[in-house]
Amino acid sequence: MAARDGAISLLGLAPGAGAPGGQKPAGDVKAEPVTVNLTVNGTAYRVSCDATTTLLDALRDRLHLTGTKKGCDRGECGACTVHVNGRRVNSCLTLAVMNEGVEISTIEGVDLNPAYRCLLDAFVERDALQCGFCTPGQIMSALALIVDEERFSSPEEIREFMSGNLCRCAAYPNIVDAIRDSVAGVRGADV
Amino acid sequence: VPTFSYARAVDVEDAVRRGSRPGVAYIAGGTDILNLLRDEAVTASSLVDLRSAAPARIAVNGAGATISAFATMREVADHPALGEQWPMLRAALLSGASAQVRNMATIGGNLMQRTRCWYFRDPGSPCNKKRPGSGCPAREGEHRWHSVFGASEHCVAVHPSDLAVALAALDGRITVRNAVAERTLGIEEIYRTPGDEPERDTTLGPGDLIVDVFVPRTALAASSSYVKVRDRASFEFALVSCAAALSIADGQVSDVRIALGGVAALPWRARAAEDYLRGRRPTAESFTACGARGTDGAQALPGNRFKMDLIPAVIMRALERAK
Repeated sequence: MAARDGAISLLGLAPGAGAPGGQKPAGDVKAEPVTVNLTVNGTAYRVSCDATTTLLDALRDRLHLTGTKKGCDRGECGACTVHVNGRRVNSCLTLAVMNEGVEISTIEGVDLNPAYRCLLDAFVERDALQCGFCTPGQIMSALALIVDEERFSSPEEIREFMSGNLCRCAAYPNIVDAIRDSVAGVRGADV
Repeated sequence: VPTFSYARAVDVEDAVRRGSRPGVAYIAGGTDILNLLRDEAVTASSLVDLRSAAPARIAVNGAGATISAFATMREVADHPALGEQWPMLRAALLSGASAQVRNMATIGGNLMQRTRCWYFRDPGSPCNKKRPGSGCPAREGEHRWHSVFGASEHCVAVHPSDLAVALAALDGRITVRNAVAERTLGIEEIYRTPGDEPERDTTLGPGDLIVDVFVPRTALAASSSYVKVRDRASFEFALVSCAAALSIADGQVSDVRIALGGVAALPWRARAAEDYLRGRRPTAESFTACGARGTDGAQALPGNRFKMDLIPAVIMRALERAK
């Protein structure tokens, strides 16, 4: 749950605010620059953007954390998957201003996640990628699957719970194998 | 994304006060509204964020379950007592979207999401739902996903929520707040068939906000199932789905609910099928005959006539699993 005491609430404009005496028609509001306080991979940032800026665009274009990929930009491909308070989300389907007061983790901070080493080794060992564009999203999604959701009892369950990450090279069987291997590795390492 | 301003509601009163103003849209998970704005299917000059407006509580007691509309799909699907006592709810929620979307999307937003009709979502297409009077290309065009019940000449779109279908079979009730009052509606009462006003998906007015969902504890809830048929195995909307709930006493079906998804602008109760089954023994034969009545009143289009075969089969399977 986002903090409610952020500075952002002050920036909310009622329709027609700044234009006394009339409601502005939809789509005719001037882009309001906003300053958003984001915590990404444990570091606090002040980001200047618009109210309309997605978390994905703020990460890539303002913070230059380009490991998070922009695929479909509508929540269908999962290339933009990041963690918010440990849960995986599509960063293209949430606004930067909606993410004050939460902990955002991206692929750049993934070393902080103790299960990452097992997953990385398994992805390499199993050749779980071809072009690699979807891989940051696959890794972030798989980490949440293993650590946060524990949905990996069978290959079928892994496939179901990884269905939000598309791979146009269709490395799916290898991705499923890599996740199964890394689950065993994570358990063996007692993470 | 078109330009809009953003504000956080501090409580429900604040949310509905802001929400009743023209040009304001609510945002919570964001998973549908942001795409609607991108696709120009919806216009808004201001978004009001609901996530700080009320705690996302889930309370289960002897009467039933009260689920905050601000809870995420994930939180509801993962709730142990809900999953144990209303397994169909969990099944319906987990059959929809992806793990990422379920972590974001809220229950209220799930019920208020808009149709996935591709003409509605395509900025370049006319659509009576987004621009009344502009026409409906679906009837003559691609309508594989579209309605077979309750459509009008103006619109053949279907409602995409799996949760709404499950709630229709569980006698779910919705609490709605606005700046003036609070009221409670049956789940089916919040939706409407398109008629001459396809732009209105629901009976809710400007500023109306779903604050919680109540699922009563009934004999029906104990024996229920959700079956969803779709073009791919996951992360896809229903071609046809069925939520079935059975109450069996003395070897006979004493009560039954059969709600269909993917076939209408609202969760469609197959009442002729329900009426047939009440008082009969729950056998393969009676389920088959019941399923056959599931298409009573249906009007298929050339491209979705396959749903006429799918509906009886999905009803039968859902009844078998619920038994």
